[in-house]
Amino acid sequence: MKNIFSSKIGIIITGALIGIIAVLLQTAGNPPNMGICVACFERDIAGALGLHRAAVVQYLRPEIPAIVLGSFITSFIMKEYRPRAGSSTIIRFFLGVFAMIGALVFLGCPWRALLRLAGGDLNAITALLGLAAGVAIGVAFLNNGYSLGRSYSNRNASGWLFPAFMLALVLLNIFPVSFSEGGPVFHSETGPGSMHASVWASLGAGLLFGFLAQRSRFCTMGSIRDIILARDFHLISGVAALLVTAFIGNLVTGAFNPGFTNQPVAHSAHLWNFLGMLLAGLAFALAGGCPGRQLILSGEGDADAGVFVLGMIAGAAVSHNFSLAGKPDAVKEGVYAVGGIGPWGQAAVLAGILLCLVIGFTMREKLTVRP
Amino acid sequence: MAENKIDARGLSCPQPVVLTRKAIDAGLTSLEIMVSSEVSKENVLRALGTGKFTAEVSRNGDDIIITAVK
Repeated sequence: MKNIFSSKIGIIITGALIGIIAVLLQTAGNPPNMGICVACFERDIAGALGLHRAAVVQYLRPEIPAIVLGSFITSFIMKEYRPRAGSSTIIRFFLGVFAMIGALVFLGCPWRALLRLAGGDLNAITALLGLAAGVAIGVAFLNNGYSLGRSYSNRNASGWLFPAFMLALVLLNIFPVSFSEGGPVFHSETGPGSMHASVWASLGAGLLFGFLAQRSRFCTMGSIRDIILARDFHLISGVAALLVTAFIGNLVTGAFNPGFTNQPVAHSAHLWNFLGMLLAGLAFALAGGCPGRQLILSGEGDADAGVFVLGMIAGAAVSHNFSLAGKPDAVKEGVYAVGGIGPWGQAAVLAGILLCLVIGFTMREKLTVRP
Repeated sequence: MAENKIDARGLSCPQPVVLTRKAIDAGLTSLEIMVSSEVSKENVLRALGTGKFTAEVSRNGDDIIITAVK
């Protein structure tokens, strides 16, 4: 059966629908310019589980598990579900950790960068430039033989275990349990973690994202990578469609507010927005997919992608526990104070970039074509 | 020209395309590329199309084999 979603029209429709659904999620209660953000939502899940204790960002976001489950169901029906594992797993875990650390400096994954831009947040331009720079470095490594090696077919449990874990998170949201006095599952009462659509809206949207992105192979990092690597504009057409529909949606809903300052859940520390997303982009390129794509792959049975996602969740915990995450701009006593990151965050970004460069240089195979 | 084989089975995106493009850039006009997933197949076919190759797809168990000539 031909896959209509992997055609040019298909990926444009996918991007357009993601943009529309994201804006709808914003009107349904998700935070402004954050209809869907894989990094922020994984961070919120980490918070809900008590892996970090930043009280304003704790909620078991159903969108993340729903994307994985949507991909799992779709790939199963379309016979693309293939349990596989074994491609430099520990490296992928740490790439996930540092991708999240980088993204949380900017306060968004590439999907959110696009939504922030569509909402008028010009800091997203700085971030997207950083993302592109990181991806470009990744492409240089790819063209010089960088490879994490092949994965191998695995037996069934290796494929469904991660989707099952995601299902457990959904159930934990729908049937809340308090495991101990003052313990998880946490649910923010103020701040971004307290802003969310209804469980059913989030689940429905996530399942739809999962289906669309699995069929269309949607990948924001890949869209930039393919232009640099192969002058291929296929994926970027889907990304552009997302930007256009989200922008129109924000105009219609009155959520468009252009500028660098006073942006929701955002800061205007330009250097670190750039460098944070450079780290994220490089890590995504080395791991073969943006965070949304990693969720899709994990639903298809790719255990290495599952480990990357677990790395991102762990990275979110590290980010907040060790004061690495970006702080939004704020008005203090009538004075506008630019947020950003402190010295630990800066050190972590630089260490992460260094680690990714080491991985890029050392994980190389000679690129030969056997005659 | 001798048929050139590329074993891209189990490799994650974008390795199969990177290997294909290296072969195309090296001037090879006859290729056999093995991949493990529909996604890799779609991506490699797109790269071959851009390189003005015509391709045929066959399967051998779990492996997808793409034979292409310019």
